[in-house]
Amino acid sequence: MRAVGIILAGGNSAKMRELSNKRAIAAMPIGGSYRAIDFVLSNMSNSHVQKVAVLTQYNSRSLNEHLSSSKWWDFGRKQGGLYVFTPTITPENGFWYQGTADAIAQNLSFLKNSHEPYVVIAHGDCVYKMDYNKVLEYHIAKRADITVVTKVMPEDEDVSRFGTVKVDSDNRIIDMEEKPLVSKSNRVSAGIYIIRRRQLIELLETLQEEDRHDFVQDVLIRYKDVKHIYAYDMDSYWTNISTVEAYFNANKDFLKKSVHDYFFKEYPDIYSKIDDNPPAKYNPGARVSNSLISSGCIVNGTVEDSVIFKKVYIGNNCTIKNSIILNDVHIGDNTYIENCIVESRDTIKPNSTYIGENGEVKVVVVKGERYSIG
Amino acid sequence: MIKKEMIAMLLAGGQGSRLGVLTSGLAKPAVPFGGKYRIIDFALSNCINSGVDTVGVLTQYQPLRLNTHIGIGIPWDLDRNVGGVSILPPYEKSTNTEWYTGTANAIYQNLRYMEYYNPDYVMILGGDHIYKMDYEVVLDYHKAHNADITLATIPVPIEEASRFGIVITDDDGRIVDFEEKPKQPRSNLASMGIYIFSWKVLKDALIALSEQPGCDFGKHIIPYCHKNGQRIFAYEFNGYWKDVGTLSSYWESNMELIDIVPEFNLYEEFWKIYTKTDIIPPQYIAPGAVVETAIISEGAEIYGEVYKSVIGPGVVIGKGTVVRDSIIMRDTVIGDNCYVEKAIIAESCGIGNNVQIGIGNEEPNKWKPDIYAGGLVTIGEATIIPDNVKIGKNTALSGATMPEDYNGGELPSGENIIKAGGIQ
Repeated sequence: MRAVGIILAGGNSAKMRELSNKRAIAAMPIGGSYRAIDFVLSNMSNSHVQKVAVLTQYNSRSLNEHLSSSKWWDFGRKQGGLYVFTPTITPENGFWYQGTADAIAQNLSFLKNSHEPYVVIAHGDCVYKMDYNKVLEYHIAKRADITVVTKVMPEDEDVSRFGTVKVDSDNRIIDMEEKPLVSKSNRVSAGIYIIRRRQLIELLETLQEEDRHDFVQDVLIRYKDVKHIYAYDMDSYWTNISTVEAYFNANKDFLKKSVHDYFFKEYPDIYSKIDDNPPAKYNPGARVSNSLISSGCIVNGTVEDSVIFKKVYIGNNCTIKNSIILNDVHIGDNTYIENCIVESRDTIKPNSTYIGENGEVKVVVVKGERYSIG
Repeated sequence: MIKKEMIAMLLAGGQGSRLGVLTSGLAKPAVPFGGKYRIIDFALSNCINSGVDTVGVLTQYQPLRLNTHIGIGIPWDLDRNVGGVSILPPYEKSTNTEWYTGTANAIYQNLRYMEYYNPDYVMILGGDHIYKMDYEVVLDYHKAHNADITLATIPVPIEEASRFGIVITDDDGRIVDFEEKPKQPRSNLASMGIYIFSWKVLKDALIALSEQPGCDFGKHIIPYCHKNGQRIFAYEFNGYWKDVGTLSSYWESNMELIDIVPEFNLYEEFWKIYTKTDIIPPQYIAPGAVVETAIISEGAEIYGEVYKSVIGPGVVIGKGTVVRDSIIMRDTVIGDNCYVEKAIIAESCGIGNNVQIGIGNEEPNKWKPDIYAGGLVTIGEATIIPDNVKIGKNTALSGATMPEDYNGGELPSGENIIKAGGIQ
């Protein structure tokens, strides 16, 4: 593909509650075996984007660990490959990334040293599959300056946490609002942009002079009447996971046959770091129904309507209902968990009870002593 | 300068004909084991876990699956600038061209490969056993005893010793005599087919016996070195070690993995077993499904009932289907309302709806009674089985079978259907 990729993975959100204490949203485990950033990385790889920069900032340890080798997404290359840019202090700049545009601007040499004519910018906290070549074809056909991928949400969906756009009959964006109090449109930005590389460099340099830092506010919204900014509608599955509820629902979506077939079985594949876990083991007493179970798990109890991530141990006589259990959790015997997200590496004592009540999802963070398994 | 203290030569060219239709299209080391693994993974993982980072894999029989599995060795961290894993098939030479005619002959034909790494020690391994062994400890033993050759051995029950190559040692561990499958064994230390040679000893013996037809380590090289007074020591290994050479032992050792605390534990953090993982999604257990006492690999979908079985990656088990005491390998799809008992079903098979497998009384197999025994049903890779048929015990099937292949909709116990077709 004649484009370089930029993945914005520095973000954090208070709406992730305790889950963001440990990692950036892009590093959130999702769908049992993946992390959020795997989707955009796989999309880049499957679209034959050869050179990709990941911009990280907030709590990036977990993310850096995940990206410690780029070979899983086929980015282990001499030509191009994966670049991880964390903020650094330079003679010109002593600040953290002050916004999405600033993050790219602080790494402008990556863009200047590339020769590909286009740039695909995408967020690391969305779950979807996309061939960016299709968007680029559209971008060229529309003679657009910037193309924004959008998704029309169902009428009853609360879109106040998204950027909403209004388009004219040609799909040119005529209005855009970031996190509107009262939304005028249910067409939301999917956080995926295509722009000509030289155009982006020019815009970012202007922004820097004006001390502006945000791509949405200071580029898309500010320039919407000057530049030709087009919306590309996607109609396939797309979700953003940056609130606890959205994260919980996105994981639960994988229990639907249509969704797990789409991501797990249909071409192209989503790739992730391989961590050599043995197959999951079901001992006598295991009762599992409508659930995803990942590699390395040992199940002795009951699991219903839940997503169990890798290397989880579920003790005897436990019941896990409608919950998300993240990686490497040890659940002691006779424990009852319902409507919860259990943080990774937790050790839950035997005979515990955790229930998210009144339709709320409870985030469980417990640091207990780890017993040896088996 | 290139220098490796010890390199490993892994013999992976054998067919393993006693595994019947399982190895009709792939070499025994490539046969899946324990759901997501292949048999060769255990030896390769032992190598890297022992710090041996240079491994020559000698292939001959049906190497395609092995080649694609090993690739450049990424899963085992054997992708190295110097060393790593190399696949060594037989090759054409200017003077003569021959297949590998024996284990030692295969190694002899790759003298230049070994020479290149300038090793002090060369380890010879088979690719067809299930075990975890620290080869570095064996090497330390070799050095401590100032040995020329060290054989890894394992104590076996004395009543079974007559099935093995037995070594007789003195108090110091030095081997004084060998007996191949002795009627009256004088010791219970069986050779595991794992050798460490001091490089010069190996090289001289291989050259000296280069004209020996079918040159073999057990039959020729070791006796030759013994006769010449070389110091041959037995290292005694006391862990889990399983030869999965027959369908019954293959089935049993898979079933042992299901025990609550299995003797061979894949769940220990220490000494991980690595394999190529290309199916990574979690497995889905549907509403109404039952999974009890089983191990199930990535990406499998279970709509039916699974008891005491080993299920590979990407397997689909349909609604109303019951699978018991069976091994189902990767990407096989079993339809709805089937019954499967004591079956070994290889990769990428398609089993229709309402199929009953492993029913009726046991009858000896009419074609190869010594291979297809133990009441097992063995189904080869990419076999297609139509709807509504019944299959008896001690049977073998492979290829795209059609309803007319089943007389009265049934394959009685002891019968076989071997057809071309499917994707081999």
